[in-house]
Amino acid sequence: MKSRQIARVFLTILFVVLLATPFLIKRITASKAADKAKTDEKTALARHGFYLQEVSHAAGIDFVHEEPKLDPKLDSIMPEVASMGASVSIVDFDRDGWPDIYVTNSAIGSKNHLYRNMHDGTFKDVAEEMGVADVNKAGTGVSTGAVWGDYDNDGYEDLFLIKWGRPELFHNDHGHGFTPVSEQAGLPPWINANTAVWFDYDGDGLLDLFVGGYYDENIDLWHIKTTRIMPDSFEYAKNGGRKYLFHNLGNGKFEEVSEKVGINSRRWALAAAAADLRGTGHQDLFVANDYGVSELYLNDGNKFHEAGEQTGVGFAPKSGMNAAFGDILNQGKYSIYVSNISEDGILIQGNNLWVPKQGTSGDGIKYENLARDFGVELGGWSFGAQFGDLNNDGTLDLFLTNGYISADRNRSYWYDFSKVAGGNSTIIGDAKNWPAFDGRSLSGYQNKKVWLNDGTGKFIDVAQAVGVTDTHDGRAVALVDLWNRGVLDVVVANQDGPLLIYKNTVTPEDRWIEFDLEGTRSNRSAIGAQVTMFWNGQEQMQNVSGGSGFAAQNDRRLHFGLGKNPQIEKAVIRWPSGKIQTLDKPAANQIYKLKEPE
Amino acid sequence: MSSHTSAPILPLQPNAPDKKRLFTLDNRYIAPIFITCILLVGNLTFGILESYQKTLLAIITSIALELVLSRIFYGKFAHPASAYITGISVGILVRSPAFWPYALCSAISIMSKYVVRIKGRHIWNPSNFGISVLLFLAPAVVASLSIQWGNYLLPMLIIWFLGSAIIWRLRRFHITGIYVVSFIAFAFLRSWMTGSPWQSEVAPITGPMYQLFIFFMITDPKTTVRSRKWQCIVVVIIALVEMLMRLDQVVYAPFYALFIVGPIAMLIEIWLDARRKNAAQLAVAH
Repeated sequence: MKSRQIARVFLTILFVVLLATPFLIKRITASKAADKAKTDEKTALARHGFYLQEVSHAAGIDFVHEEPKLDPKLDSIMPEVASMGASVSIVDFDRDGWPDIYVTNSAIGSKNHLYRNMHDGTFKDVAEEMGVADVNKAGTGVSTGAVWGDYDNDGYEDLFLIKWGRPELFHNDHGHGFTPVSEQAGLPPWINANTAVWFDYDGDGLLDLFVGGYYDENIDLWHIKTTRIMPDSFEYAKNGGRKYLFHNLGNGKFEEVSEKVGINSRRWALAAAAADLRGTGHQDLFVANDYGVSELYLNDGNKFHEAGEQTGVGFAPKSGMNAAFGDILNQGKYSIYVSNISEDGILIQGNNLWVPKQGTSGDGIKYENLARDFGVELGGWSFGAQFGDLNNDGTLDLFLTNGYISADRNRSYWYDFSKVAGGNSTIIGDAKNWPAFDGRSLSGYQNKKVWLNDGTGKFIDVAQAVGVTDTHDGRAVALVDLWNRGVLDVVVANQDGPLLIYKNTVTPEDRWIEFDLEGTRSNRSAIGAQVTMFWNGQEQMQNVSGGSGFAAQNDRRLHFGLGKNPQIEKAVIRWPSGKIQTLDKPAANQIYKLKEPE
Repeated sequence: MSSHTSAPILPLQPNAPDKKRLFTLDNRYIAPIFITCILLVGNLTFGILESYQKTLLAIITSIALELVLSRIFYGKFAHPASAYITGISVGILVRSPAFWPYALCSAISIMSKYVVRIKGRHIWNPSNFGISVLLFLAPAVVASLSIQWGNYLLPMLIIWFLGSAIIWRLRRFHITGIYVVSFIAFAFLRSWMTGSPWQSEVAPITGPMYQLFIFFMITDPKTTVRSRKWQCIVVVIIALVEMLMRLDQVVYAPFYALFIVGPIAMLIEIWLDARRKNAAQLAVAH
């Protein structure tokens, strides 16, 4: 009897300890985070090897995004249905060797901006004179993103403007202006899209274009006939916009071939990116969908087959909002980062870091989600993210922006959101069933994440410590060496907020190398080209991308950090045509301009 | 020793003929089989689980602890059906990217039955206790199931039909039925008070979280009062407290309402039982 009493006392103590466990874990985590945040520029440089300083105003950029205002029938939930549109893409549109910045605006009548790099640390908006500013006119919809690719191989990057409305293709007239060519190209009259990717899916040397629909393309969001425009499920919705694959015919015309080649989905696409994931020489297409599972379209050169479930990336449905590739372990293999939603105590989807499973490759490739193990899982209401070596230490870091709707700080819409999102499709699918926002926030004012890769499979958030302290509603992130200094700067587009330029300062001991590629047999943008750096007994692979992240495009120039005293063995370039080019012992701290060998 | 159930489990009729028993499912297995079907069908068709491993961890923790504690405190192993239901409920209802909340929630749930006892009875439904505590104390890493089944009508109707049939057989349907009616009535009242569309107020009960709540938590015979009349009254009070919490925009109002009202009702019953017993003893003494 006495032993049972002792056992009961022991059990009670254990019970109390267990009850206190979550509290203790929270305290310890908060204390660690506070410690990390207490740094300044000098400390950040010493501790992390880099520091980011927001310089948009000093660089001559005072752009503030204006969000769309849709049909008044959606007024009560306008903050949610009009919550996207801010985007950023990097392009050297005038081929002067300095990257320029294009940003979209999303209110009817608002202007997009093309910031020309003035080579002196400043930028000048030339969108009006170039003819790519006034693109949000009533009746044509508004911009939600932009991707650049030289579709006619004339050496100048052309612009595809992603819209909720009439999609626009602009031909770049040798850096002196842009001509709209959508009609000649054969583009459809209306798509409600948030994502598009340039890539040469069939290897014919001409860039093709994927466009992923979000809202159904039959809906004019400014003149809706019904309020039943919302997803029919929070996790399994299939009533979104259709997908398009425009095959480049080479004469300025495109043929829509999605169904013919096996892309047939009405999930709510928010982000897409293409890369050769299996070493086949063909770029596969990854699509992150809101309200559902991601899709992975494996490309055999002229046909795609959807292998989301087969590869493991398309089983658990979440709210996919980002697609970015990165060789995070320096093993010559891409992992895929997909952002989702996490809100304390309400919805913990967690972001996905799809890492190739050990022992799988080629057609048998499988992925496992290691976001938690790597420490990149919880990022609030996450949007755009990009991989890049921010401190030039030789490993790819991850910059994530987040925050959905920042309005009244003291009142949240989460209760109403969770109430409806858990409901039956007949309820969730109709906007009139959603309670009014009434000025409330929904995952607003969030801290961004700058996850530093320590090279051993762990990422540590250093955002506050390295100067990323904004809490705007972030959407798109683009990485670029804006001033040809050998460091990656970060450009962030915020919904209904300012465009931010985070200028990077990196300790000079850490070396770097960059590659600016131009195709000849391949598409001239060299999109799809893959560069693998071999140094210090390791390798890192990067891919020239025609759009990645969320509503973003990084600079096409590839940037590799190499760390201190790198022993560089070689750089191997695999061009989209299949041609392999090897550079033996390239020098560090150089920008290599390479043309594909004939 | 009392068994430690957390779901409707009634004994077989002692005089049931053996032949019939061969073809009659032991009531103890009905609820576990039902909840297992929900889990398997849900996961195979809609991928509802965070992962099989996490659910398995919750189940194993729950059963292992139940076996160990029952052996220590009552000298024999308890039937694992109840712990299985607790574990599987935790595995489905808890949403967390981490593993530890699943083990912790199961452990707290089962231990609550052994630690928090009044006059030999535990007063909280174990999984309701564990989940409520975790949601309250660890919101940064834990949420509860809020969306599943594709938000489609058919799976929801099938579960409601099967659940109702089973709960009817276990003679607890009146609890579920009255709760549902109360919830809907209060939903309309909330809609009238707040101006929210009535569909949004009714929406939560169409989700799977409520299916587990109304079939497995509020009907638990060990943590509901004995009188049928008071069972009905208590469940209306649970719905009422839930409504008040919902007016204050508490996301997990049903869990917290049961967490508060359930034990109070139990304590009142225990107190009344003790008073009646004392009165009876006094009467005998006189």
